[in-house]
Amino acid sequence: MRYLPLLWAGLFRRKARTILTILSVVISFLLLGLLDAVTVAFESGADSADAKRLLTTARYSIIEPLPLSYLRRIEQVPGVTGVAHADWFGAKYQNESNAFPVFAVDPRRYLAMYPEFDIAPAHLEAFAATRTGAVAGRRLVDRFGWRVGQKLPISSEIHARADGDLNWEFDLVGVIDAEDPAVRGNTDVVLINVAYFDEARLTGKGKTGWYIERVVDPAGARAIAAEIDRRFANSPDETKTQPEKEFAIGFAKQIGDVGALVTRILAAVFFTLLLLTGNAMAQSIRERIPELAILKTLGFSDGKVTALVLAEALLLMGLGASLGMAAAAGLLPFVNESTGGRFPPLFVSGRTWVVAAGLAVAVAFAIGLPPAVRARRLRIVDALAGHR
Amino acid sequence: MAWLNQVVQITLVNLRSLPQRLGTSLVVVIGIAGVVGVLVSVLAMAEGFRHTLTSAGRPSRVIMLRAGSDSELSSGVVRDQATLLASIPGLARDAEGRPLASPELMVMVDLPRKGESHPNNVPFRGVGPAAFAVRDEVRIVEGRRFTRGVREVIVGRQAAQQFAGLGVGSRIGFRDSDWTVVGIFASGGDVHESEIWADGDVAMSAFRRTGYQSVTATLADPSDGGFSALKAAVARDPRLSINVLREPEYYAKQAGILSNLIRVLGYTVAVFMALGAAFGALNCMYSAIASRQVEIATLRAIGFGGFPVVVSVMIEALLLAFLGGVVGGALAYLYCDGASLSTLNFSTFSQVAFAFRVTPGLLAQGLLWALAIGVAGGLFPAIRAARIPVAMALRAA
Repeated sequence: MRYLPLLWAGLFRRKARTILTILSVVISFLLLGLLDAVTVAFESGADSADAKRLLTTARYSIIEPLPLSYLRRIEQVPGVTGVAHADWFGAKYQNESNAFPVFAVDPRRYLAMYPEFDIAPAHLEAFAATRTGAVAGRRLVDRFGWRVGQKLPISSEIHARADGDLNWEFDLVGVIDAEDPAVRGNTDVVLINVAYFDEARLTGKGKTGWYIERVVDPAGARAIAAEIDRRFANSPDETKTQPEKEFAIGFAKQIGDVGALVTRILAAVFFTLLLLTGNAMAQSIRERIPELAILKTLGFSDGKVTALVLAEALLLMGLGASLGMAAAAGLLPFVNESTGGRFPPLFVSGRTWVVAAGLAVAVAFAIGLPPAVRARRLRIVDALAGHR
Repeated sequence: MAWLNQVVQITLVNLRSLPQRLGTSLVVVIGIAGVVGVLVSVLAMAEGFRHTLTSAGRPSRVIMLRAGSDSELSSGVVRDQATLLASIPGLARDAEGRPLASPELMVMVDLPRKGESHPNNVPFRGVGPAAFAVRDEVRIVEGRRFTRGVREVIVGRQAAQQFAGLGVGSRIGFRDSDWTVVGIFASGGDVHESEIWADGDVAMSAFRRTGYQSVTATLADPSDGGFSALKAAVARDPRLSINVLREPEYYAKQAGILSNLIRVLGYTVAVFMALGAAFGALNCMYSAIASRQVEIATLRAIGFGGFPVVVSVMIEALLLAFLGGVVGGALAYLYCDGASLSTLNFSTFSQVAFAFRVTPGLLAQGLLWALAIGVAGGLFPAIRAARIPVAMALRAA
């Protein structure tokens, strides 16, 4: 700490250059913060997955429905402590297809299956008691300015009511939310009551989209999944049951390797940054060779001078990296507000902070070591005589 | 014209001294190449995706879906409706007088990508006998067409490339049916190349369907008048609750969300990277000027004006930027153009395979960005160079 003023003076010896260099570092880390948040959002399904939940879909394609009558039969499978189901409604709101997902569910079963969703007990009661009831995620409620108690007109692209009309109306009786930002994206849904939906729809009666099972012990999950599938084998509606995490990973894989794309972009960004700051750093040390020689004359050891140069690189990267990451963390709430639930919430996760810290140190060493070695080898006489 | 001569002279001096500043100059070139490379490749991805979807549409064709549905997957057209739709006046007919209309059903089948094991939603389309006459851009590039009434499929070129086990002669099992791949087809790089096609009737029984998803047909009169007449005829029939769309309109809707998302990502990254590169360029040009302070002051002392100095510094910055733009564009072209990948299109919930398209327009856009960064990085140092009082600059030496 004693040397901090000296480091500071050395760093800001040429103000314009250092500020410009720090700004490029800030930008690089800002991009890291933003882009890694996108990767985290794509992978959040897998990260927030509950190891005690299984997902059952139709074996040959996840868009095929399953009979609602499977509920009792799945409940009888040993090791299964809870079962819920959901059906895809195919919502169209204000003429926008899939503005948000709408699931037809059994209110108590479904919300018991997802304890990470917060819902006021009164809202849950109202949802269970109101046949035409619906609950919506907090972010959707805010985005569309809904109020609890209002009518919710939603069309379906798939399911007509008994009279052939595709326009449905529900009563918004509650709001769901989640603390954890990684889970909050999963609450960007509207849940409706399957009892009403299944009775009122024209086609597909008695069917549902998928089942969710809760098991006591994650270690036995695979065996239980196999047992569920075995019970429906060779029936017209065979099933595929897998741990929630596996399903989420599979779904993310369908979208493609977002992580690899982001990594490639960031590689280009940091390669450029390395050149840029490395060049500035080398230039700065070259200009200060006589000063370093004077430091050595004053009794600074070779090791200390080397450490000083390295510390300067670390300070430069540390300053830029923390400003950049702070900027990313400050910017993301505004990004979330402008996408308003069309996209899962973006946030700077702990993992990204660790990656940023690691990268900052790595780049600091990469750009600091060559000039540091040069400063170490410096012979006082040559340096004082040779320069200029 | 004296100043023009001055500009040329100073610029030449600058450029001749470039090799002495190779390190810093290279940083500018590479920095800008990075920006342009990333921008062009990400936009090439968005462009490739958009092209794949929109080129499937011809204004002379219509797709008929259930009213209220925006995609085939959520649509349903029962057999009777399909029969009615095929006989509606306003559709083109072939030499034998049969309507050019193909009722089609669409199911999703699970196939892993090559080298992976996770299943993907690959679209499987059961087509009517008229499908090849309606979509006359479809060409078999390997093998033959499927035989009607038999469990045979033909596979789109892109699907065959992306997903495992789709070569001619291989057998694929879906549900309790086994299918043989008998051909690979191309259709001008459009979205159908991501699909698997089979005979509609065979697919309907194999997948236990009772109806179709859509009817695609060719208009007898592709003008607006012909289209409106067809639309009106469909609307008049009380047995039909069908939405008629021209194909380009339908496919543009499906491309919308994802290509916009990719484009927003591309521009956001590029704007930030460009800012970073501009800071780098500023640094470089400032230090270039600092190292030539005496030389510039000497020139001014012997009568060169301030303006030619500004222009010459700008020319150097722009030249470096241009070089960076060319390198970045070339890298994007070499590495990305034609590279194919597949993703899940949220609008259709099915896989679309497409190729990056590095178009001349994108390359030009990349160069413009490079030059803009050059201007941003060169302007202030140039003005600084012209402003330093001559006496002070000379004394500093």
